[in-house]
Amino acid sequence: MKKNVKDNIITYGLVFVFFAVVQTMLSTGKLSSLFKGLLIPICVYVILAISLNLVVGISGELSLGHAGFMCVGGFASAFFSKCMAEAIPSSGIRFTLAILIGAAAAAVFGVLIGIPVLRLRGDYLAIVTLAFGEIIKNVINIFYVGKDSKGLHISLKDQFSMGMEPTGKMIINGPQGITGTPKDSTFLIGIILIIITLIIVQNLINSRDGRAIMAIRDNRIAAESIGINITKYKLMAFTVSAALAGMGGALYSHNLATLQASKFNFNTSILVLVFVVLGGIGNIRGSMIAAVVLTLLPELLRGLSDYRMLFYAIVLIVMMLLNWAPKAIEWRESLVQKIFKKNGKEA
Amino acid sequence: MSILSYLINGISLGSVYAIIALGYTMVYGIAKMLNFAHGDVIMVGGYVALTVMMNSGAHPVIAVLAAIVVCTVLGVVIERVAYRPLRNAASPLAVLITAIGVSYLLQNVVLLIFGSSPKSFQSVITLPDLKLAGGSLVITAETIVTIVSCIVIMVCLLTFINKSKPGQAMLAVAEDKGAAQLMGINVNRTIALTFAIGSGLAAVAGVLLCSSYPSLSPYTGSMPGIKAFVAAVFGGIGSIPGALIGGILLGVIEILGKAYISSQLADAIVFAVLIVVLLVKPTGLFGKNIQEKV
Repeated sequence: MKKNVKDNIITYGLVFVFFAVVQTMLSTGKLSSLFKGLLIPICVYVILAISLNLVVGISGELSLGHAGFMCVGGFASAFFSKCMAEAIPSSGIRFTLAILIGAAAAAVFGVLIGIPVLRLRGDYLAIVTLAFGEIIKNVINIFYVGKDSKGLHISLKDQFSMGMEPTGKMIINGPQGITGTPKDSTFLIGIILIIITLIIVQNLINSRDGRAIMAIRDNRIAAESIGINITKYKLMAFTVSAALAGMGGALYSHNLATLQASKFNFNTSILVLVFVVLGGIGNIRGSMIAAVVLTLLPELLRGLSDYRMLFYAIVLIVMMLLNWAPKAIEWRESLVQKIFKKNGKEA
Repeated sequence: MSILSYLINGISLGSVYAIIALGYTMVYGIAKMLNFAHGDVIMVGGYVALTVMMNSGAHPVIAVLAAIVVCTVLGVVIERVAYRPLRNAASPLAVLITAIGVSYLLQNVVLLIFGSSPKSFQSVITLPDLKLAGGSLVITAETIVTIVSCIVIMVCLLTFINKSKPGQAMLAVAEDKGAAQLMGINVNRTIALTFAIGSGLAAVAGVLLCSSYPSLSPYTGSMPGIKAFVAAVFGGIGSIPGALIGGILLGVIEILGKAYISSQLADAIVFAVLIVVLLVKPTGLFGKNIQEKV
């Protein structure tokens, strides 16, 4: 069997196993309500982690504004769902369309932001993605959209300056965001979206385009000299990643009663980056596992009550040191060697 | 007169950003890492000064000195424990994430000790305000002290780096770590010294920030930290005069944006200006343009 086929089977297998385990636990009632509430966020973060890994790991650019795309996807899809709540009664069709719209909106932003941003390098690129993420958050925060019999009203000031009829209803209410989005997200849909994300990303990585993207990451000048169009491939990775993040955002927004732009701040972007780096840069499977573990960790540590986030921070630092410090890697390898030697002697 | 007073406020806020940005830029220049925990060191500095003043009623100057000492030690310890083991890691992102972990750690330790509710900070500056033009233009003592300390710090730092031996060692390490080591420079000690200076400056910035905006919570440091990072990039990260200019420009843009355009959009405006600057000058205002060679 080819290496990447085997690799793919393990990755998809893990998703199915996770799904099966959760389903059996759900049907036997072994899952506490806290964990049930975390199932969809886990799916969202897994999707986000995979999509960010495409930018950070495969394309080799540090992006600190991933939450911005999630925000665009979330708001676009929730907006659509709210507008169409009466026009399309079937939640299946409506949610599918909403997800597509969320992904498309985020992709458009991905292209718009990608074109200027990808001219920059390294930390400068990182700070500009951060800046775009914050701008998106700030602008959506002052957006007011309402709907009445005359159609849509938009304002950047407050809900009274729109001149709306008293019977009209608010859809996006500035800092309060969107309330009452239909709760269409389910764990099953989350798993399906993870699989779709995986199929897209794995196929991209193993395609000619994916190899071009990785060639640019490994050596830009060499890649350029053999005729790879740098801008095109970087933009491709960035846009696909943005679209997938938008999809994650759609899943996220249809799970919450209130969707606020302030949720998608710098810390959310960083959280996703933590999954990617902890799970292994460029390692899709690793980042998925890291996303699941780190989303569950605060809940697992709940027994520690006030000390929970403190332990989270310490665990994060220790895991990073063990995973990445050259000395720790050396020590780990020598440990593995010792164990193997012992086994060899005994056998 | 209002534009003048906005301008002065902007310069004052910008001076704080500049002092924080100095810490960012020095650490970046020498260790090539973004120290995301820097903003939280500011917050720790604020809390230390507050505690000293509240509990012992000591003179504000002593409180500031205590904050500087604690933050300097903290900076060195963080560098030793969390960053140094990762200096030669396979990916530069590893140390970035560890810095984020340190940032969470500092926030949560402070949260456990002091609680999450914001504390009101009593200004360390007891001088009278300056009234100009018959009282129509009031410049607070905090503003004056902030701007003056920023200038003093700047001059001291530039003299230190350009004239003293440890300063020259810093420049050498920033230029080429390997070559500096061959010249007999203790790289580890030089980097530790950089962290010490950066964190000490963060303490000063924390006290000044809290004197002008007297509310202190465990998350106080994160936004000024990000803004200062933006300021450092704005001026060209790694450049000390760049940090000063970047910080002040940022402060002025933020205050003017708040006053004349929209208070909610002020941050967005700051970031938009940054993007425009970087698109025109991709390495910041004072950044060095490094030629790429194959």
